[in-house]
Amino acid sequence: MLELDQFLQALEQADALDQIQDLIVGLRDHFQVDHVVYHWVSADGEQYGFGTYDLAWVQHYVEKDYLRIDPVVIGCFQRFDPVDWKRLDWSSKAAQAFRKDAIAHGIGNQGFSIPIRGPSGQLALLTASHSTDDATWATFTEAHQRDWILIAHYLNQKALELEKGRAPEPVRALSPRETDALTYLGMGYSRGQVADLLNISEHTLRAYIESARFKLGALNTTHAVARAISEGLIVVGGAARAATGGWPGRDTEGKIAKSAAR
Amino acid sequence: MLRYIYANELSQYPVLQTSMFRDRAIQFSERLKWAVTVDEKGWERDEYDDMNPLYVIWQNPDGTHGGSMRFLPTTERTMVNDHFAELLNGEDIRSPFIWECTRFCLGQKSSPRVAGAMMLAGGELMRAFSLTHLLGVFDPRMVRIYSMIGASPEVLGSSGEGRDKISVGLWPFRPEDRLKVLRRAGLSSEISEHWFNRSFGRQIQEFQQAA
Repeated sequence: MLELDQFLQALEQADALDQIQDLIVGLRDHFQVDHVVYHWVSADGEQYGFGTYDLAWVQHYVEKDYLRIDPVVIGCFQRFDPVDWKRLDWSSKAAQAFRKDAIAHGIGNQGFSIPIRGPSGQLALLTASHSTDDATWATFTEAHQRDWILIAHYLNQKALELEKGRAPEPVRALSPRETDALTYLGMGYSRGQVADLLNISEHTLRAYIESARFKLGALNTTHAVARAISEGLIVVGGAARAATGGWPGRDTEGKIAKSAAR
Repeated sequence: MLRYIYANELSQYPVLQTSMFRDRAIQFSERLKWAVTVDEKGWERDEYDDMNPLYVIWQNPDGTHGGSMRFLPTTERTMVNDHFAELLNGEDIRSPFIWECTRFCLGQKSSPRVAGAMMLAGGELMRAFSLTHLLGVFDPRMVRIYSMIGASPEVLGSSGEGRDKISVGLWPFRPEDRLKVLRRAGLSSEISEHWFNRSFGRQIQEFQQAA
């Protein structure tokens, strides 16, 4: 988890596309899979991506116009649930030939893709692929699905931000409830206490925290609180009063992060 | 039986498709008198049906629609954020782990078991795709049905009175609810998983053959 935190921090700070390539290589090493690929496709077939696939395969894929055959791309244009490649439609002769070709190029016999649908029929995919048996792959996807979904969304936001002409949705401000929730958590209140203070159930509080976390590009609540403070989105009163100078949020980040994690 | 069908696959089931959109017209236009659009075929459809949503549909033994609901991820445009922001006091809930659930519809002859099966399906989606919540739009009549099947949402806000009342609420994922909902639906865990896998796991054999 610590390494994923570092990944997200580096992603947040990335200001050039080639840094994303390096980050994806890091993801592959972290998850210990054969390949990790980010693939962006427009409705009219323009494509773009980063990843660890062999360059020869990428060129071959473009030359063969595999975009028209690839069941992963075709299947993911139509869905928003994370998908194990086994669940896609590989029944056509063309798809089966494509699969043999992909395996011959070292892509692996297993894959897991997170589709993200964009405006105007765009599609972004984050994929992990690997050579292993079904049971091992099922264990991998179950264990990492949640992190993988978050990484896919944050990576996509960053890639869109850095690629000119593919402006991302503007970053959304935190809503009042989200601001309140993170503020109280940052002040060290437990979830139960925060739910009481906001007069909502803990289950509903969790929805606001999930939403705030997503808007802040954070992996977990601690990270979300720290980021909200450093962005000046929330002010943690006690901490500001105690600060002798500089930027109160920064000074107390460690302490706040610790208390929010309880 | 339960089917999980993306909109682009719906035309493969013409009887189911037609009866679902007609049942929606009956429920939302005729009975609840919501300001929805019914086309010349008698189908109630809106712009979110054009966003390739995922439908969960209870299919009757004769192939017709017994109940349905419609899902979209809150990371995309949603009905709640577009139209019901004021019910949420300006909150816009967005997360890949929260899906919106709208147009919860029951066929006219459907038993409470069908409603139970639909809630079960919502739980299966949450379980399978790491969702923490479903965010729903519903009429107050449904609140009683939800409570009867043991899956009450937490209402975040409501507007209107009587017939015109409409609410937005959250269903959290509570793994412990599953047994209770299975019982109310009168279904086994195995058959629910079988239906889920049949919808989401097709072509496994072909995949293995190609390897």
